[in-house]
Amino acid sequence: MQTTNVIEIQGLSFSYDKQKVLEDINLVIEKNDFTTFIGPNGGGKSTLLKLILGIIPLQEGNISIFNKPYLSQIPKLGYVPQNTNINLNFPITVLEVVMMGQNSLKTRLFGYKKEEKERALEVLENVSMQDFAHKNISKLSGGQKQRVLIARALFSRPEILLLDEPTSNIDVNGSEQIYASLEELNKDISIVVVSHDISVILKYASKAIYINKTLTHHDLTHMKEDFKNSDEHVCEIELLEMLGKCKC
Amino acid sequence: MLEIFTYTFIQNALIAGLIVSIITAIIGSLVVVNKMVFLSGGIAHSAYGGIGLAIFFGLPMLLSTSLFCVLIAMLIARASYDNRENLDMLIGLTWAVGMSLGIILVDLTPGYQADLMSYLFGSLLAVTSTDIYYMALLLLVVLGTLVVFYRDILAVSYDSEYARLRGVNTKFFYTLILVLSSLTIVISIKVVGLILVIALLTIPIYIAGYFAKNLLSMMLMSAGLSIVFTLIGLTLSYSFDLSSGPSIIIVSSLCAFCVYILKGLSKH
Repeated sequence: MQTTNVIEIQGLSFSYDKQKVLEDINLVIEKNDFTTFIGPNGGGKSTLLKLILGIIPLQEGNISIFNKPYLSQIPKLGYVPQNTNINLNFPITVLEVVMMGQNSLKTRLFGYKKEEKERALEVLENVSMQDFAHKNISKLSGGQKQRVLIARALFSRPEILLLDEPTSNIDVNGSEQIYASLEELNKDISIVVVSHDISVILKYASKAIYINKTLTHHDLTHMKEDFKNSDEHVCEIELLEMLGKCKC
Repeated sequence: MLEIFTYTFIQNALIAGLIVSIITAIIGSLVVVNKMVFLSGGIAHSAYGGIGLAIFFGLPMLLSTSLFCVLIAMLIARASYDNRENLDMLIGLTWAVGMSLGIILVDLTPGYQADLMSYLFGSLLAVTSTDIYYMALLLLVVLGTLVVFYRDILAVSYDSEYARLRGVNTKFFYTLILVLSSLTIVISIKVVGLILVIALLTIPIYIAGYFAKNLLSMMLMSAGLSIVFTLIGLTLSYSFDLSSGPSIIIVSSLCAFCVYILKGLSKH
């Protein structure tokens, strides 16, 4: 089977105020990959995600998406930001949040089209949140909110879904539900997740990218079955160290 | 009692009160959800600089104060868009510098300048028909902006990073919200004065926030509340010979207090 490169990064470096955060990053993400960015806090994983999304301007190196200049391809990306960044008591319904996923809001005047509402309900169904469509978003739990934000990212039918710490501040049950949804979605789209939840993510991911200023690849396909079969707790620190040192 | 409505100044006050209630409800909702309450406090106080300029150079008051405040709003938007950490300092700066500029310009103006209090605390009963035309025009601009840009404004207010990712010009809308706020502040000065503007922009919105499911319903609810408060406040002001601005604000804050207590009781 021929694989297509969805994201390709070459020689990327990035610094905040002369402090190098990322150095000479080279990375290829293929179609239907389930990639996770792991690594210590401040290691640059979220920064790399935001560079790919064009939220932070590129300083050095090159990013291409579907073999085209990346900025022209941003509308094909779906993004799920960290839950904590979002205005908590905002008066807005779940349905309205999801419809914000619409690309380039060209003057459509007041209100929403019927097709948009239908599409919003459809993506809410994908993450089992359709019953909450008309609720105020502030009434939802952390895990439910996160699923709404995933629905928002899916609204515009992205070909790649990027998530920044989707399970921080969410209980174990909630996390499992979110990853189960992601696994289902991964049948059609490529997924990139920044996460601290190493043991959970390794159950689902096909590739782990360890980022601590520089980058180390790990192909997880062979490891994955072992994780799925073990119910034992995996020590995250040991795992991190192992992945950090390993030369694969 | 009804004969009071035959006076032109009462009619003007009522019309102005209604228009300003609707505008402050809409813009106040945006100010509150964008956490710009103290920013608008800063702009309100800096407005006195514009008033001073108008008095010193003998310019039309509403027009020159509006232009002055729009300029301040655009400067703040420019300086704070990329670095919100600056905001606190900028607010303090505009707050005090604008006010001082106004006071010094008034000092330098020869002749007797009586009306300082009316700018500080409002003079709804002294609204002219020119003021009303200006208010009506602003209402049209605000409603028009809302009809055309509601979704963009909602997106930018709720999650501006995401809005930008989806191709919304967030800088433009951030500036637009600030500019509309500053215009709203200038006309509200007529009603409650620059010191009390913040109350008009927040109290009805705070009450509506308890019940509103989305931004639009928050705007509609606070408009309704604001109109009721203005009518009651104005009646009290006329009947007991009280200042109109503070009367309106006391009425609304009493209501906010009651809602707060009732909501607290209903939880137990």
